[in-house]
Amino acid sequence: MPPSLAPIFRQAPIFRQALLRAMPFTVMIVPFGALFGVLATAQGMSVFEAMAFSVVVIAGASQFAALQMMQDGAPVLLIILTATAVNLRMAMYSVAMTPHLGMAPLWQRAVIAYFLVDQSFVLGAAEYERRPEWQLAEKLAWYAGIVTPICGLWYLATWMGATFGKAVPPHWPLDFIVPVSFLAMIAPILLTRAQMLAAAVSVGGTLALWWMPHSSGLLVAALAAMLAGAIWETREEARHAG
Amino acid sequence: MPVEAIADKSLLWTVILGLGAATFLLRFSFLGLIGNRLIPGFLLKMLRYTPMAMIPGLVAPGVVWPAATGGEPDPARLLAAMVTIAVGIWFRSTLAAVGAGVAVLLLGLWGLG
Repeated sequence: MPPSLAPIFRQAPIFRQALLRAMPFTVMIVPFGALFGVLATAQGMSVFEAMAFSVVVIAGASQFAALQMMQDGAPVLLIILTATAVNLRMAMYSVAMTPHLGMAPLWQRAVIAYFLVDQSFVLGAAEYERRPEWQLAEKLAWYAGIVTPICGLWYLATWMGATFGKAVPPHWPLDFIVPVSFLAMIAPILLTRAQMLAAAVSVGGTLALWWMPHSSGLLVAALAAMLAGAIWETREEARHAG
Repeated sequence: MPVEAIADKSLLWTVILGLGAATFLLRFSFLGLIGNRLIPGFLLKMLRYTPMAMIPGLVAPGVVWPAATGGEPDPARLLAAMVTIAVGIWFRSTLAAVGAGVAVLLLGLWGLG
Protein backbone atom coordinates (compact mmCIF):
# COMPACT_ATOMS: atom_id res chain seq x y z
CA MET A 1 0.00 0.00 0.00
CA PRO A 2 1.43 3.46 -0.86
CA PRO A 3 2.20 5.42 2.34
CA SER A 4 -0.29 8.13 1.33
CA LEU A 5 -3.15 5.61 1.57
CA ALA A 6 -2.52 4.21 5.07
CA PRO A 7 -4.04 7.19 6.98
CA ILE A 8 -7.19 6.98 4.86
CA PHE A 9 -7.72 3.33 5.73
CA ARG A 10 -7.65 4.24 9.42
CA GLN A 11 -10.86 6.23 8.89
CA ALA A 12 -13.21 3.27 8.43
CA PRO A 13 -15.98 4.76 10.66
CA ILE A 14 -16.15 7.88 8.48
CA PHE A 15 -16.22 5.69 5.37
CA ARG A 16 -19.21 3.79 6.81
CA GLN A 17 -21.04 7.01 7.75
CA ALA A 18 -20.62 8.22 4.19
CA LEU A 19 -21.98 4.95 2.78
CA LEU A 20 -25.17 5.50 4.81
CA ARG A 21 -25.36 9.17 3.84
CA ALA A 22 -25.20 8.26 0.14
CA MET A 23 -27.98 5.66 0.32
CA PRO A 24 -30.99 7.94 -0.37
CA PHE A 25 -29.21 9.25 -3.46
CA THR A 26 -28.93 5.78 -4.99
CA VAL A 27 -32.71 5.75 -5.54
CA MET A 28 -32.32 7.83 -8.70
CA ILE A 29 -29.03 6.27 -9.85
CA VAL A 30 -30.44 2.81 -10.47
CA PRO A 31 -33.37 3.69 -12.79
CA PHE A 32 -31.28 6.21 -14.75
CA GLY A 33 -28.38 3.80 -15.19
CA ALA A 34 -30.74 1.02 -16.22
CA LEU A 35 -32.55 3.32 -18.66
CA PHE A 36 -29.22 4.25 -20.25
CA GLY A 37 -28.34 0.57 -20.64
CA VAL A 38 -31.74 -0.22 -22.17
CA LEU A 39 -31.65 2.69 -24.66
CA ALA A 40 -27.99 2.15 -25.61
CA THR A 41 -28.52 -1.51 -26.52
CA ALA A 42 -31.90 -0.78 -28.16
CA GLN A 43 -30.03 1.61 -30.48
CA GLY A 44 -27.42 -0.95 -31.41
CA MET A 45 -24.68 -0.92 -28.75
CA SER A 46 -23.31 -4.14 -27.32
CA VAL A 47 -23.39 -4.65 -23.55
CA PHE A 48 -19.62 -4.00 -23.53
CA GLU A 49 -20.00 -0.70 -25.41
CA ALA A 50 -22.82 0.50 -23.15
CA MET A 51 -20.67 -0.35 -20.12
CA ALA A 52 -17.65 1.40 -21.63
CA PHE A 53 -19.82 4.50 -22.05
CA SER A 54 -20.85 4.51 -18.38
CA VAL A 55 -17.36 3.70 -17.08
CA VAL A 56 -15.38 6.09 -19.29
CA VAL A 57 -17.79 9.06 -19.21
CA ILE A 58 -19.58 8.43 -15.87
CA ALA A 59 -21.95 11.42 -16.31
CA GLY A 60 -25.57 10.43 -16.91
CA ALA A 61 -27.09 13.55 -18.45
CA SER A 62 -24.29 13.93 -21.01
CA GLN A 63 -24.52 10.23 -21.90
CA PHE A 64 -28.21 10.63 -22.71
CA ALA A 65 -27.43 13.81 -24.64
CA ALA A 66 -24.77 12.00 -26.72
CA LEU A 67 -27.17 9.13 -27.35
CA GLN A 68 -29.87 11.51 -28.58
CA MET A 69 -27.49 13.39 -30.88
CA MET A 70 -26.11 10.16 -32.35
CA GLN A 71 -29.70 9.21 -33.09
CA ASP A 72 -30.19 12.57 -34.85
CA GLY A 73 -27.13 11.87 -36.99
CA ALA A 74 -25.15 14.93 -35.84
CA PRO A 75 -21.44 15.22 -36.78
CA VAL A 76 -19.13 13.59 -34.26
CA LEU A 77 -17.41 16.81 -33.14
CA LEU A 78 -20.75 18.49 -32.41
CA ILE A 79 -21.91 15.44 -30.44
CA ILE A 80 -18.82 15.60 -28.24
CA LEU A 81 -19.03 19.39 -27.89
CA THR A 82 -22.72 19.42 -26.91
CA ALA A 83 -22.47 16.49 -24.51
CA THR A 84 -19.36 18.05 -22.94
CA ALA A 85 -21.24 21.33 -22.51
CA VAL A 86 -23.79 19.45 -20.39
CA ASN A 87 -20.85 18.68 -18.06
CA LEU A 88 -19.47 22.23 -17.81
CA ARG A 89 -20.80 22.45 -14.25
CA MET A 90 -18.14 19.91 -13.26
CA ALA A 91 -15.44 22.56 -13.68
CA MET A 92 -17.32 24.47 -10.97
CA TYR A 93 -17.34 21.34 -8.75
CA SER A 94 -13.61 21.06 -9.36
CA VAL A 95 -13.14 24.62 -8.13
CA ALA A 96 -15.25 23.92 -5.03
CA MET A 97 -13.29 20.77 -4.12
CA THR A 98 -9.83 22.30 -4.53
CA PRO A 99 -9.58 23.98 -1.10
CA HIS A 100 -10.55 20.67 0.57
CA LEU A 101 -8.76 18.02 -1.48
CA GLY A 102 -6.23 20.03 -3.48
CA MET A 103 -3.29 18.99 -1.24
CA ALA A 104 -3.67 15.27 -2.01
CA PRO A 105 -0.97 13.71 -4.23
CA LEU A 106 -1.49 14.12 -7.97
CA TRP A 107 -2.60 10.53 -8.63
CA GLN A 108 -5.20 10.77 -5.87
CA ARG A 109 -6.47 14.05 -7.30
CA ALA A 110 -6.84 12.31 -10.66
CA VAL A 111 -8.93 9.57 -9.00
CA ILE A 112 -11.00 12.17 -7.13
CA ALA A 113 -11.58 14.04 -10.40
CA TYR A 114 -12.75 10.89 -12.19
CA PHE A 115 -15.39 10.30 -9.49
CA LEU A 116 -16.48 13.97 -9.27
CA VAL A 117 -20.21 13.67 -10.03
CA ASP A 118 -23.21 15.69 -8.83
CA GLN A 119 -23.66 13.57 -5.71
CA SER A 120 -20.01 13.51 -4.65
CA PHE A 121 -19.91 17.30 -5.02
CA VAL A 122 -23.16 17.95 -3.15
CA LEU A 123 -22.54 15.48 -0.31
CA GLY A 124 -18.82 16.19 -0.16
CA ALA A 125 -18.94 19.97 -0.11
CA ALA A 126 -21.81 20.02 2.41
CA GLU A 127 -20.01 17.76 4.88
CA TYR A 128 -16.62 19.48 4.52
CA GLU A 129 -18.27 22.78 5.43
CA ARG A 130 -19.83 21.20 8.52
CA ARG A 131 -16.58 19.54 9.65
CA PRO A 132 -13.82 22.15 9.45
CA GLU A 133 -11.71 20.05 11.88
CA TRP A 134 -11.33 17.21 9.34
CA GLN A 135 -7.87 16.53 7.96
CA LEU A 136 -7.20 15.30 4.44
CA ALA A 137 -7.42 11.59 5.42
CA GLU A 138 -10.89 12.04 6.91
CA LYS A 139 -12.09 14.02 3.90
CA LEU A 140 -10.81 11.36 1.51
CA ALA A 141 -12.42 8.54 3.50
CA TRP A 142 -15.75 10.41 3.37
CA TYR A 143 -15.36 10.95 -0.38
CA ALA A 144 -14.61 7.26 -0.94
CA GLY A 145 -17.68 6.31 1.09
CA ILE A 146 -19.90 8.54 -1.05
CA VAL A 147 -18.65 7.48 -4.47
CA THR A 148 -18.51 3.73 -3.76
CA PRO A 149 -22.31 3.15 -3.77
CA ILE A 150 -23.12 6.02 -6.18
CA CYS A 151 -20.67 5.09 -8.94
CA GLY A 152 -20.73 1.36 -8.25
CA LEU A 153 -24.51 1.28 -8.71
CA TRP A 154 -24.21 3.44 -11.84
CA TYR A 155 -22.05 0.74 -13.48
CA LEU A 156 -24.19 -2.08 -12.17
CA ALA A 157 -27.48 -0.47 -13.28
CA THR A 158 -26.09 0.20 -16.77
CA TRP A 159 -25.08 -3.45 -17.00
CA MET A 160 -28.52 -4.62 -15.84
CA GLY A 161 -30.32 -2.37 -18.32
CA ALA A 162 -28.05 -3.40 -21.18
CA THR A 163 -28.30 -7.10 -20.37
CA PHE A 164 -32.01 -7.39 -19.60
CA GLY A 165 -33.27 -4.46 -21.69
CA LYS A 166 -34.66 -6.73 -24.39
CA ALA A 167 -37.37 -7.77 -21.95
CA VAL A 168 -38.86 -4.25 -22.18
CA PRO A 169 -42.01 -4.39 -24.35
CA PRO A 170 -41.31 -2.61 -27.67
CA HIS A 171 -44.44 -0.43 -27.53
CA TRP A 172 -43.30 1.37 -24.37
CA PRO A 173 -42.77 5.09 -25.13
CA LEU A 174 -39.09 4.91 -24.15
CA ASP A 175 -38.33 7.83 -26.50
CA PHE A 176 -40.14 10.13 -24.11
CA ILE A 177 -38.93 8.71 -20.80
CA VAL A 178 -35.61 10.53 -21.26
CA PRO A 179 -37.16 14.01 -21.71
CA VAL A 180 -39.45 13.37 -18.73
CA SER A 181 -36.45 12.30 -16.61
CA PHE A 182 -34.45 15.36 -17.67
CA LEU A 183 -37.31 17.73 -16.83
CA ALA A 184 -37.79 15.95 -13.51
CA MET A 185 -34.11 16.52 -12.69
CA ILE A 186 -34.22 20.23 -13.52
CA ALA A 187 -37.63 21.38 -12.23
CA PRO A 188 -36.91 20.78 -8.50
CA ILE A 189 -33.71 22.86 -8.64
CA LEU A 190 -35.37 25.91 -10.24
CA LEU A 191 -35.42 27.90 -7.01
CA THR A 192 -34.51 31.47 -7.95
CA ARG A 193 -35.75 33.90 -10.60
CA ALA A 194 -32.31 33.78 -12.23
CA GLN A 195 -32.49 29.99 -12.54
CA MET A 196 -35.99 30.13 -14.04
CA LEU A 197 -34.84 32.83 -16.45
CA ALA A 198 -31.91 30.65 -17.57
CA ALA A 199 -34.26 27.71 -18.19
CA ALA A 200 -36.68 29.90 -20.16
CA VAL A 201 -33.90 31.38 -22.32
CA SER A 202 -32.60 27.85 -22.93
CA VAL A 203 -35.99 26.61 -24.16
CA GLY A 204 -36.94 29.73 -26.13
CA GLY A 205 -33.48 30.09 -27.67
CA THR A 206 -33.17 26.46 -28.76
CA LEU A 207 -36.63 26.45 -30.37
CA ALA A 208 -35.96 29.79 -32.11
CA LEU A 209 -32.57 28.55 -33.37
CA TRP A 210 -33.80 25.09 -34.41
CA TRP A 211 -33.12 26.00 -38.06
CA MET A 212 -29.38 25.89 -37.32
CA PRO A 213 -27.78 22.63 -38.52
CA HIS A 214 -27.67 19.56 -36.25
CA SER A 215 -29.06 21.24 -33.12
CA SER A 216 -26.03 23.54 -32.92
CA GLY A 217 -28.47 26.30 -31.88
CA LEU A 218 -28.61 24.55 -28.49
CA LEU A 219 -25.05 25.63 -27.68
CA VAL A 220 -25.80 29.26 -28.63
CA ALA A 221 -29.00 29.22 -26.57
CA ALA A 222 -27.21 27.62 -23.58
CA LEU A 223 -24.49 30.26 -23.62
CA ALA A 224 -27.18 32.97 -23.71
CA ALA A 225 -29.02 31.24 -20.85
CA MET A 226 -25.88 31.05 -18.69
CA LEU A 227 -25.19 34.74 -19.34
CA ALA A 228 -28.81 35.66 -18.58
CA GLY A 229 -28.75 33.74 -15.27
CA ALA A 230 -25.42 35.19 -14.16
CA ILE A 231 -26.37 38.75 -15.15
CA TRP A 232 -29.74 38.52 -13.37
CA GLU A 233 -28.04 37.15 -10.24
CA THR A 234 -25.51 39.99 -10.30
CA ARG A 235 -28.30 42.56 -10.63
CA GLU A 236 -30.24 41.01 -7.73
CA GLU A 237 -27.13 41.15 -5.56
CA ALA A 238 -26.64 44.82 -6.45
CA ARG A 239 -30.28 45.53 -5.60
CA HIS A 240 -29.99 43.88 -2.18
CA ALA A 241 -26.71 45.63 -1.47
CA GLY A 242 -28.17 49.03 -2.38
CA MET B 1 -34.12 0.95 -34.15
CA PRO B 2 -30.39 0.56 -34.74
CA VAL B 3 -28.68 3.91 -35.23
CA GLU B 4 -26.08 4.55 -37.94
CA ALA B 5 -23.70 6.45 -35.67
CA ILE B 6 -23.73 3.50 -33.27
CA ALA B 7 -23.39 0.86 -35.97
CA ASP B 8 -20.25 2.73 -37.12
CA LYS B 9 -17.96 1.49 -34.36
CA SER B 10 -15.09 3.92 -34.97
CA LEU B 11 -17.54 6.80 -34.63
CA LEU B 12 -19.07 5.35 -31.48
CA TRP B 13 -15.67 4.91 -29.81
CA THR B 14 -14.64 8.42 -30.87
CA VAL B 15 -17.69 9.74 -28.99
CA ILE B 16 -17.05 7.55 -25.92
CA LEU B 17 -13.34 8.39 -25.63
CA GLY B 18 -13.68 12.03 -26.73
CA LEU B 19 -16.53 12.77 -24.33
CA GLY B 20 -14.78 10.82 -21.57
CA ALA B 21 -11.51 12.75 -22.01
CA ALA B 22 -13.21 16.15 -22.22
CA THR B 23 -15.36 15.42 -19.16
CA PHE B 24 -12.34 14.23 -17.19
CA LEU B 25 -10.45 17.42 -18.07
CA LEU B 26 -13.37 19.51 -16.76
CA ARG B 27 -13.33 17.55 -13.50
CA PHE B 28 -9.54 17.63 -13.20
CA SER B 29 -9.17 21.26 -14.29
CA PHE B 30 -8.86 23.15 -11.03
CA LEU B 31 -8.23 20.20 -8.75
CA GLY B 32 -5.32 18.90 -10.78
CA LEU B 33 -3.83 21.61 -12.90
CA ILE B 34 -4.87 25.11 -12.05
CA GLY B 35 -5.11 24.85 -8.28
CA ASN B 36 -6.35 27.66 -6.10
CA ARG B 37 -5.63 30.49 -8.46
CA LEU B 38 -8.04 33.36 -8.81
CA ILE B 39 -11.04 32.45 -10.95
CA PRO B 40 -13.22 35.32 -12.18
CA GLY B 41 -16.38 35.34 -10.08
CA PHE B 42 -18.63 35.97 -13.05
CA LEU B 43 -17.32 32.87 -14.85
CA LEU B 44 -18.08 30.76 -11.76
CA LYS B 45 -21.59 32.20 -11.67
CA MET B 46 -22.12 31.25 -15.31
CA LEU B 47 -20.91 27.68 -14.72
CA ARG B 48 -23.47 27.28 -11.94
CA TYR B 49 -26.22 27.80 -14.52
CA THR B 50 -25.11 25.01 -16.90
CA PRO B 51 -27.75 22.47 -15.82
CA MET B 52 -30.70 24.83 -16.42
CA ALA B 53 -29.01 26.33 -19.50
CA MET B 54 -28.35 23.03 -21.30
CA ILE B 55 -30.98 20.51 -20.28
CA PRO B 56 -34.26 22.39 -20.93
CA GLY B 57 -32.98 23.30 -24.41
CA LEU B 58 -31.86 19.75 -25.03
CA VAL B 59 -35.35 18.49 -24.24
CA ALA B 60 -37.53 21.24 -25.74
CA PRO B 61 -37.49 20.30 -29.46
CA GLY B 62 -38.35 16.67 -28.65
CA VAL B 63 -41.26 17.84 -26.51
CA VAL B 64 -42.68 20.23 -29.09
CA TRP B 65 -41.81 18.25 -32.23
CA PRO B 66 -41.40 14.58 -31.15
CA ALA B 67 -39.64 12.27 -33.61
CA ALA B 68 -42.01 9.43 -32.71
CA THR B 69 -44.93 11.31 -34.30
CA GLY B 70 -42.89 12.52 -37.28
CA GLY B 71 -42.43 16.00 -35.79
CA GLU B 72 -46.13 16.69 -35.26
CA PRO B 73 -46.93 18.21 -31.83
CA ASP B 74 -48.49 15.51 -29.66
CA PRO B 75 -50.93 16.44 -26.85
CA ALA B 76 -49.99 13.45 -24.66
CA ARG B 77 -46.26 14.30 -24.73
CA LEU B 78 -46.85 18.05 -24.23
CA LEU B 79 -49.14 17.39 -21.28
CA ALA B 80 -46.70 14.89 -19.74
CA ALA B 81 -43.87 17.44 -19.99
CA MET B 82 -45.95 20.19 -18.38
CA VAL B 83 -47.08 17.93 -15.53
CA THR B 84 -43.47 16.81 -14.92
CA ILE B 85 -42.30 20.43 -14.62
CA ALA B 86 -45.23 21.48 -12.43
CA VAL B 87 -44.89 18.54 -10.03
CA GLY B 88 -41.10 18.97 -9.92
CA ILE B 89 -41.35 22.65 -9.02
CA TRP B 90 -44.22 22.17 -6.58
CA PHE B 91 -42.96 19.13 -4.64
CA ARG B 92 -39.21 19.71 -5.18
CA SER B 93 -38.85 15.99 -5.84
CA THR B 94 -37.35 14.37 -8.93
CA LEU B 95 -38.91 11.02 -8.10
CA ALA B 96 -42.43 12.49 -7.78
CA ALA B 97 -41.95 14.41 -11.03
CA VAL B 98 -40.82 11.32 -12.98
CA GLY B 99 -43.71 9.30 -11.56
CA ALA B 100 -46.32 11.93 -12.42
CA GLY B 101 -44.84 12.57 -15.88
CA VAL B 102 -44.70 8.91 -16.86
CA ALA B 103 -48.22 8.28 -15.52
CA VAL B 104 -49.65 11.20 -17.53
CA LEU B 105 -47.71 10.08 -20.62
CA LEU B 106 -49.05 6.52 -20.45
CA LEU B 107 -52.61 7.67 -19.68
CA GLY B 108 -52.42 10.27 -22.43
CA LEU B 109 -51.09 7.90 -25.08
CA TRP B 110 -53.74 5.37 -24.10
CA GLY B 111 -56.61 7.88 -23.84
CA LEU B 112 -55.74 10.37 -26.59
CA GLY B 113 -53.78 8.12 -28.95
